Amino acid sequence: MPALARSTHRAPDRDPAWLGRLFWLCAAVVVLWPLAAATEFKPWLLFDARSLGVAGRFLRGFWPPAHSPDFLVLAASEAWRTVAIATAGLTLALLLAVPATLLSTHVLSVSALSGRMARGPFWVRQSVRWALVVLRSVPELVWALVFVRVVGLGPTAGVLAIALTYGGMLGKVYGEILESGEAHATETLLRNGSSRLQAFLFGLLPQNAAELTSYTVYRWECAIRSSVVLGFVGAGGLGQLLDGSMKMFNGGEVLTMLCVFVLLVALADRMSAGLRTSLG
Amino acid sequence: MRRPSTRAANAPYRLPPPLFDARCRACWWTAATLALVLASFWTLDLRWSQFVSLAALRSMGRFIGEFFPPDASPEFLAKVVRGTWETLAMSALGTLLAAGAGVLLAVPASRMHAGDAARLRTPTRLLLNALRAVPELVWAALLLMAAGLGPFAGTLALAVHTSGVLGRLFAESLENAPPGPGAALRAQGVGSARVFLYATLPQVLPQLISYTLYRWENNIRAAAVLGVVGAGGLGQLLAFHMGLFHMGKTATILVAMLVLVAAVDALSYGARRVTTR
Repeated sequence: MPALARSTHRAPDRDPAWLGRLFWLCAAVVVLWPLAAATEFKPWLLFDARSLGVAGRFLRGFWPPAHSPDFLVLAASEAWRTVAIATAGLTLALLLAVPATLLSTHVLSVSALSGRMARGPFWVRQSVRWALVVLRSVPELVWALVFVRVVGLGPTAGVLAIALTYGGMLGKVYGEILESGEAHATETLLRNGSSRLQAFLFGLLPQNAAELTSYTVYRWECAIRSSVVLGFVGAGGLGQLLDGSMKMFNGGEVLTMLCVFVLLVALADRMSAGLRTSLG
Repeated sequence: MRRPSTRAANAPYRLPPPLFDARCRACWWTAATLALVLASFWTLDLRWSQFVSLAALRSMGRFIGEFFPPDASPEFLAKVVRGTWETLAMSALGTLLAAGAGVLLAVPASRMHAGDAARLRTPTRLLLNALRAVPELVWAALLLMAAGLGPFAGTLALAVHTSGVLGRLFAESLENAPPGPGAALRAQGVGSARVFLYATLPQVLPQLISYTLYRWENNIRAAAVLGVVGAGGLGQLLAFHMGLFHMGKTATILVAMLVLVAAVDALSYGARRVTTR
């Protein structure tokens, strides 16, 4: 019986890939160094005695969370205002998005039924689309900063900011949803002489209603999140209250409001998820 | 008595459904939505009069007019370019830190195999949800106290929020990884750390990288506005010059922001077209 053949491969003494590892390590340092320099990345500052003192005092203030009835009522009313800003903003956004979608959908073009779309309608559709892209690509926080200047502090600026950004977003995505579906029914209606609005209402809309609604509900949830953020530039709601408490270094109030905010977002999340699954 | 035949030659005339039926869920949802919208407009003290009146429109026009001409002096442009670079650096470093933290948090947050007790799964998921629920801007405002004004606080804020998002996504993909290779190694008695490194991680790595790139794209957009609370980047420049009513400079910064966002959109659209073809 032959002895077990001795393996000719011995484990190497050195890591065979050391050169590659060294190279990638150096490359990572070379890439990360300018990033760290540009962001003034100095983690040791966090453990500096002075900043530890400030942060420690602030964190110690977190407990107990503010729970006086007055403050809870205030927090609840501001939470409602946050929801209201999001809802009102989204309603106005729909007023903007629905006509823009009707104007820009290629499927509803009569001239496109016979080959190429005529030049006029094509450019109308394209320019509406570009307008939507511009509306969407300005962050809502920037809109809010601008509107706070024009209409003053308060919820009006937040509602307008959400309306413009979300109007652009909804209009663009509605168009994409309507064009990605089956166009057969709509085309048949148009060919048989129905008006564009009729073709939309009886052909395009029933096919895509569930998807459109589900996207709208999802955006409503996003709008609640962003209306809290808008409060930080003075557009009302929970964010403005939170900003005030942070500036006063009132940790207890900050903790309560963070909890209220997390609960609010979780509730909206749950509601929108339930609604979307029930829509299928 | 003979029951009337239900099958007529012509379809029997049917009444239209009642407008509101207590058993119709869609009706209830519609009613609730309408009530929510009406209540929202009712309770908010919206100042439309200030916005749509002639005087307001005139002041709006004047406000927009002040944006022109945008400040295009070379020294200010250099400042804007530096701000843009700072924004990009914040988003990149924040995302990178978040990817590292996300992997570290995703491991306890996922059940690696059927026999895994995964005791830390629920608490870690709660932590991830909490990190995710608080927006970047709120994190930035909180972290300003510890990290001071400037891009460092913004980077940390992006990292904290994104590690919540990425940790959750990573945990999902770790749990959905094909169990075969890991089971084979475990059957040989390999320890769980090496099973993770040599079986689970290589399988999910492409997915983790694509999630990270997707979040990076989002974070560039977020980093651009994060500065309005004082956390560096283009946003800080914007808040500063808008506060001082330097409208020409504000216009330049807004244009830079728009260009940055549009460039990111176009790049990601192009990359997606190239990679999914």
